[in-house]
Amino acid sequence: MSTPLERGVETLKAQVDARVEAYFSSCTGCGVCAEACLFYLESGDPRYTPIYKTEPLRKVWKNDHTLLGKLSSSIGLSEPMTESDLSDWEELVYDGCSMCSRCSMVCPVGIDIAYLIRKVKEGLAAAGFVPEGLQMAGERALELGSPMGLTEKSLRNAISGLEKEAGVKIPIDVEGAEYLCMLSSAEIVMYSEYITALSKIFSAADITWTLSSKYFEATNTGVQKGDSGLAVQLLERMVKVATELKVKTVISPECGHAYTTFRWDGPNILGREYPFKVMHILELLDQLRADGKLKTSGSFDERLTYHDPCNISRRGGVLAQPRQLLNQFATNFVEMDECGEMNWCCGGGGGVSSNERAEPLRLKVFNIKKRQLDALNVSTLVTSCSNCRTMLEEGLEHNEMENIEVIGLTELLADHLE
Amino acid sequence: MFEQLVDGILWDIALVIFFVGILWRIIDVLRRGTRRDLSVPRNSGVPGAIMANIRGFFPRREIAPRVRMKVIAGYMFHLGLLILLFFAAPHVKFIAEHITGFSWAAMPYWAFIVTAQVAFAGLILLWIHRLLHPVTRLISRRDDHVGAILVFLVMLTGCMALAEISSELRVFHRFTVELLMIYFPFSALMHAIMFVPSRAYSGATFGRRGVNL
Repeated sequence: MSTPLERGVETLKAQVDARVEAYFSSCTGCGVCAEACLFYLESGDPRYTPIYKTEPLRKVWKNDHTLLGKLSSSIGLSEPMTESDLSDWEELVYDGCSMCSRCSMVCPVGIDIAYLIRKVKEGLAAAGFVPEGLQMAGERALELGSPMGLTEKSLRNAISGLEKEAGVKIPIDVEGAEYLCMLSSAEIVMYSEYITALSKIFSAADITWTLSSKYFEATNTGVQKGDSGLAVQLLERMVKVATELKVKTVISPECGHAYTTFRWDGPNILGREYPFKVMHILELLDQLRADGKLKTSGSFDERLTYHDPCNISRRGGVLAQPRQLLNQFATNFVEMDECGEMNWCCGGGGGVSSNERAEPLRLKVFNIKKRQLDALNVSTLVTSCSNCRTMLEEGLEHNEMENIEVIGLTELLADHLE
Repeated sequence: MFEQLVDGILWDIALVIFFVGILWRIIDVLRRGTRRDLSVPRNSGVPGAIMANIRGFFPRREIAPRVRMKVIAGYMFHLGLLILLFFAAPHVKFIAEHITGFSWAAMPYWAFIVTAQVAFAGLILLWIHRLLHPVTRLISRRDDHVGAILVFLVMLTGCMALAEISSELRVFHRFTVELLMIYFPFSALMHAIMFVPSRAYSGATFGRRGVNL
């Protein structure tokens, strides 16, 4: 029976691959990554320096994969990994990193630091050092199918209410539909207007779509937590329902990490290609626009800006689509000073939003977004991630900026259909 | 005796360790391999890998003002060192006699002095920053300091040897070079080579997704 420390160390050892080797071999400790990190810049605490958050993995790599490290270890000169190496890093990694990858964009030697932090999470999770909120979310996702504890009954109730309220038809479990739309739980309980918007848009574009009652959740707590086993189980559920419904394309919802996880990381986590295509909802909407199937009318004249969700823009590559969609009807669209692939995170990505302990720090680092918004003087903030949307709303409320309305792009677009 | 050792066997040992060590480190990365990325790419990863290697030489506009000193000092040191390595007259002569068999134009003495001063200033600035800034102080390892001290000694003894006042100074310079060559493959100095695969891996990952690293 291994101890938590042994499990953590063994898991970290298994994470070392060619990229980890090249990354740690090229790090000069220049500290440039800190200058791109909202947690360091807003807290001023050097421990939030992105590369410092990878220290447990670097230590394992150094001791086990380098000549000097091995020699030092063999004569007892190296510092062995201790339980505090893992426990002390839990707060840095889970509270003080939203996996936004901004550090990866600026590293002079090209280290994808978010990739390393994701691996550190695997070690911490294996040793049991995971924040309670994220641990509980993972358990709910596994047992009930949703990190917020929603079930098939919750979905059916929500849909029934939406159909009555908005007078739309929301298809469920339609075999052979062109598109299967996955959801995040927040889109069922907090932002259900997204589902109504989907119905209006697909109806206008005359394309077939469906939701799945058996498994509707696109978010993956396994990835946020650093638990590959859980990540695989949740991904398998998505693949299963998509395959059973015989859809050609699965649409990732307005959720950042769900998109990156399912579209880019999923096949690699599962170790096989999908038998279907995966698109973000904005990619589909922009494709429909380009094909002439999505026509808008009227204009939105209030001053608005777009918040790029990190996993959709920087780590997902969906950069032009939201702007092309907004430019159809938004007459007063202005960009933040740092946007697109160099946007500033809302502060709640990577599972931080599920971690109640991290809330004071999260609200503190929101100051960067606050300053960006103050400089623009906008009345509307559009985004395409329900998690970002919640974080933005909470940040604005915390800073008494409720005069700025936060809205999802899909919903705004549905309001301007021809 | 010491001169014979430095010009003879120690040089041979240093040369072998330097090249074999570097080759071993590169093979160590490559042998681990990377799994084929099974996600359907938006773009090819190859241009991303190449462009990341080029773009990495320039700081992003969004961050440039915050890292100006590091970038300027970094370029002063690295470019200065490269110029000294390949264009200082004694180095040109040494490389022609021991390695290539042919030579090229060396820089004049005054240019050597200017370049050396620029490189020294860059190295010292970076080192002071490493010691004083809370971030770099926290993340710097013993290895980073040893590497910086060795490079500093190599440059210092090189400047002293240039005057060719005594043979001892040249021998001492060569000795510090040999120490650096032996240390290089096992240290953070390997960043001088490993930045290429590092940028390539990340550039390809982001490039496949349609993002310019």
